[in-house]
Amino acid sequence: MTGQRAAFRRKQAIMRRVVIGLVLLFFAVPLYGMFSDATKDVAGKHWSLATWRTLLDFPKISTKYPDLKTGFLASVGLAVVTVVVMLVLLVPTMTWVRLRLPGLTRTVEFICLLPLTVPAIVLVVGLTPIYSWLTGWLQYFFGPTIGSSTIWLALAYVVLVLPYAYRALDAGLRAIDVRTLSEAARSLGAGWGTVMWRVVLPNLRTAVLSASFLAVALTLGEFTIANLFSRTNLQVAMYLLGKSDAQISVAVGLLSLVFAFVVLFAMSFVGGARSATSPMTRLRRAKKEPA
Amino acid sequence: MADKESGRARGGRRPSGALLGVLPFFVYVTIFLIVPTLIVVIGAFFSQGSFSMVNIKALGESAVKTALWQSVILSLVTAVLGAVIGAVLAYAVSTAREGGIVKRFVTSLCGVLAQFGGVALAFAFMATFIGSGILAGLSSESGGLWLYAWNKGLILVYLYFQIPLMLIVFLPAVEGLRPQWREATETLGGSTFTYWRKVAGPILLPSFIGALLLLFTNAFSAYATAKALISQGTPLLPLGIDGALSSEVVLGQQDVAKAMALEMMVVVAVVMTIYTILDKRASRWLVK
Repeated sequence: MTGQRAAFRRKQAIMRRVVIGLVLLFFAVPLYGMFSDATKDVAGKHWSLATWRTLLDFPKISTKYPDLKTGFLASVGLAVVTVVVMLVLLVPTMTWVRLRLPGLTRTVEFICLLPLTVPAIVLVVGLTPIYSWLTGWLQYFFGPTIGSSTIWLALAYVVLVLPYAYRALDAGLRAIDVRTLSEAARSLGAGWGTVMWRVVLPNLRTAVLSASFLAVALTLGEFTIANLFSRTNLQVAMYLLGKSDAQISVAVGLLSLVFAFVVLFAMSFVGGARSATSPMTRLRRAKKEPA
Repeated sequence: MADKESGRARGGRRPSGALLGVLPFFVYVTIFLIVPTLIVVIGAFFSQGSFSMVNIKALGESAVKTALWQSVILSLVTAVLGAVIGAVLAYAVSTAREGGIVKRFVTSLCGVLAQFGGVALAFAFMATFIGSGILAGLSSESGGLWLYAWNKGLILVYLYFQIPLMLIVFLPAVEGLRPQWREATETLGGSTFTYWRKVAGPILLPSFIGALLLLFTNAFSAYATAKALISQGTPLLPLGIDGALSSEVVLGQQDVAKAMALEMMVVVAVVMTIYTILDKRASRWLVK
């Protein structure tokens, strides 16, 4: 019987290595293609570090490829604003619904998951009139430069991240007893502000982190809305650069993928042995856990 | 509405004050989600400000029909291939040690490829197969034109984010399989084949089909990769919408974009509804 088990395990290990090896090979080839393309001279004949050297030369980057600098800064700004607006909008609302308006739970959930059925490109079509109206008002209040700034795209990005953020926060809220916590705090004389800031938020730490992380990831990878509204974020800058200087854009593309991988890989070690999988997987699983 | 009424009927706490707390949220989603959706749905039936079926009729044009057809086929093919390959990969990964380096590495890599793809993926394939790319020799005769064809290159490129997505979506389901179930099968005299045919297969089937549908909508609404790869023509529906939106030459094209967007929404909504039903069925076995 033990012999049989051992044989089974051996067979399984071989199967695992073959399958994972083959798929990783498929994943590796285009990535190596990027690396080799970016590490050759302009003619593509000999190995050369010229492209990487250019990328490290920040003053040169900002003068020669201004789009790249603007796009990068815009994307970082967008990520920050999206996370802040998302948290300010969702955490109090979801807590409040749980405490005082449980009848609205289904409605809020439906609205938050709605963007899953509305592809980004469809949202763009509907957002076009909204943004032309919004930009008009913003320019009226803040002047033409700030009014038509890329940063306002964050308002639309919040909608894109709603489903993912909702699930992450919902899993967090399920895990704690908000009602008891808030009643305890209230009976000790805390106002609603204190309850949110010093009781609910600290208890939701992991969920908030997870939601923010997903929001940052989505924002940094967003292309559709920015491109169709002709505003330059990191992805649009890469896309535009691809038309003029392919090597640099390939190098930036590879860097962005490697950076994202390093962050995700590092994240998989944070949070103890229980959560040994990626945040995305953890999110899906959290959703399925009973209340 | 009914919730408000019942809250009031119970008396006690005043719901109107409590409703103020959720007002910002509802105002926000109304402006940035509900109204845009309605603009698409209603706008599809209006042309130059008055009610008409012109835009809906425009969906019958051969170019739009071809774009829809090709979008559906591409999404279907990459969803099926991605689901099958991704499911095998997910099973292989699930047999690796929990918390081991293999599992972390593969799930992180798949997370990146599934979510960040877009423009960078298009570059990766162009850098590999075009010009002086490492595999350019494979397509030297056609000059790498196959890469830009929706029924050749795009399938390969789309698989590059579909397989990782399948792993991420399907891994929890495979990990939900309990070793006891296999042991029980063996004790009762069943072979490995019996186990897969009669136990694991039926349990995983709803999750598998659910994941497949998710992959379909993912490919169907993908825009970035196709846009970065294809600069001429509109072989796919998202590119068709893009073309109609940015067209300043033909009057009323903006309204046609709404009709095409509505068409996309209907397809995605149908698929997502089936997905929701299956997801409920799937969680019956996998919860706890």
